[in-house]
Amino acid sequence: MKKIYNPGENIVLQQLEGFVDAYSSLYAPLRDGRTSVVLKNHRSGDKVRLIVGGGSGHEPLFPGLVGYGLADAAVCGNVFAAPNPQLIYDTVMDLPGSAGVLFVYGNYAGDNLNFDVAEEMLEDAGVACAHVRVWDDCASAPRDGIQDRRGIAGDVFVIKIAGAACDAGLPMEEVLRITEKARDRTASIGLATSPGSIPGLDRPTFELGETEIEYGMGLHGEPGIERTVMQSADALTERLYRELKAEVRPLPGERFSVLVNGLGSTTLLELNIVYRKFAQLVRGDGLTIHDGCIDRICTCQEMGGFSVSLLRLDDELLKYYDAPCYSPYYAKEDRR
Amino acid sequence: MNALSAAQTKEMLLAAAQAVIESKPLLTEIDSKIGDGDHGIGMETGMRKAGEALRALPESASVNTLFKTMGRAMMMSMGGASGVIFGTLFQAGAKAVPEAETLEAGTLVPLFRRSLEAVKTRGGAQPGDKTMVDALEPAVLAMEALDSKDLCQLLAAASSAAAEGVENTKRYAAKFGRAKSLMERSIGHQDAGATSVQIIFEAMHAYVTKQ
Repeated sequence: MKKIYNPGENIVLQQLEGFVDAYSSLYAPLRDGRTSVVLKNHRSGDKVRLIVGGGSGHEPLFPGLVGYGLADAAVCGNVFAAPNPQLIYDTVMDLPGSAGVLFVYGNYAGDNLNFDVAEEMLEDAGVACAHVRVWDDCASAPRDGIQDRRGIAGDVFVIKIAGAACDAGLPMEEVLRITEKARDRTASIGLATSPGSIPGLDRPTFELGETEIEYGMGLHGEPGIERTVMQSADALTERLYRELKAEVRPLPGERFSVLVNGLGSTTLLELNIVYRKFAQLVRGDGLTIHDGCIDRICTCQEMGGFSVSLLRLDDELLKYYDAPCYSPYYAKEDRR
Repeated sequence: MNALSAAQTKEMLLAAAQAVIESKPLLTEIDSKIGDGDHGIGMETGMRKAGEALRALPESASVNTLFKTMGRAMMMSMGGASGVIFGTLFQAGAKAVPEAETLEAGTLVPLFRRSLEAVKTRGGAQPGDKTMVDALEPAVLAMEALDSKDLCQLLAAASSAAAEGVENTKRYAAKFGRAKSLMERSIGHQDAGATSVQIIFEAMHAYVTKQ
């Protein structure tokens, strides 16, 4: 495995140093060697601050979702490992404002533990906190065990809505309610065509035969729902749509935002072909696509494959979805 | 030996930290088979920070302060699930038991009992889930069953029970962490977190034996 990094050096720190330097008009320089990315010019006035985070290795998630109308800061752990509570605490304590802090992160054991401890520390310091754990991967656990589901690319929708709700200046209870609503209306499913690898470990994150794919496989190789042989783009997309439809149970006329997310090495050419079919299927069921997005936002190194995510919009969520946002990796125009 | 002074307790904890640091290659190898392979790196980071924090404490620090300082240093530096869990192992029990200037059975055993309960509450793991609880719970039960005042005997019992617990983890399918993704494929391999618990108890036992 040819992997480009500096052996023996802090991979996470070095990548973030590069990132905030390149986009220095948007981000503050890293502070005291902290692996957290913070928005430089915070919106004036008090508002709930949105903090996202998790293990590194899934770039551009999470630091790439720090921006205007998005997150105020991202706290980055080691590769595939949750950030420690001190880092979360220090990052939050440096932010301006007194309206409280909302954490949005994927539902993984390490993240839940470390963000919980950080929240306890912050509350002891008088900072009001709330959190929304994203559990959009409907292949990862049955619906009646939704709190065991993992967070994957649906993070993007939840962070988008939460960022807009925070920027609207809403109080914490409202931001929390709207963000939970977005979380509860987001569902995703993916498939893997090839593994990623952990920098420094020089081995694949899982094994998958040359001609095999696995439906529902998690970002770190967590087992999915079926391993089978490679098929056409349309056949793969049909299967994922079928799974997602069974989960979401959409009603004719409902509006959705669609995200086709590449897991790392799958190209935009391939993803465009997936989106084409996915959109046909959605519209074929009498549903409306409000907005689409084809990109690689929630990745796992050079992992092959993609996920599809749906956000079921209503009038309230639409208002926040249509607010503009900007980061180097995710931007939406003002459609209000 | 029925009691350690606070100074000796500090040396014992430093010995445990050193033992874990020296086991980094072993822990990495074990975790690479079924996890991300980063348990050894995380534990080394945490134990180095714990060592620095312990050495910085004044002579007057109580036994509880020593344990709490070690736990906090680990929890605040490691990240990942093991940072909070191993931080809790040292911190939670020490917060829960009465302040002590010396380490005796009456502090040691309830301290680890309360830590065990806190670890289970925080992490949600039960025995058989292939986690560090599989070493910690038998270690605590063995100390309680012995009902001895002798620290050497207590820690000997804890060490061998923890070792047996680690051996048992080979039979279990993982329910937590990355190894969970392997499910049945994780059977046959021991758990890295449980191994760290064994190393910690063995190092504490070795220190007390030498006194």
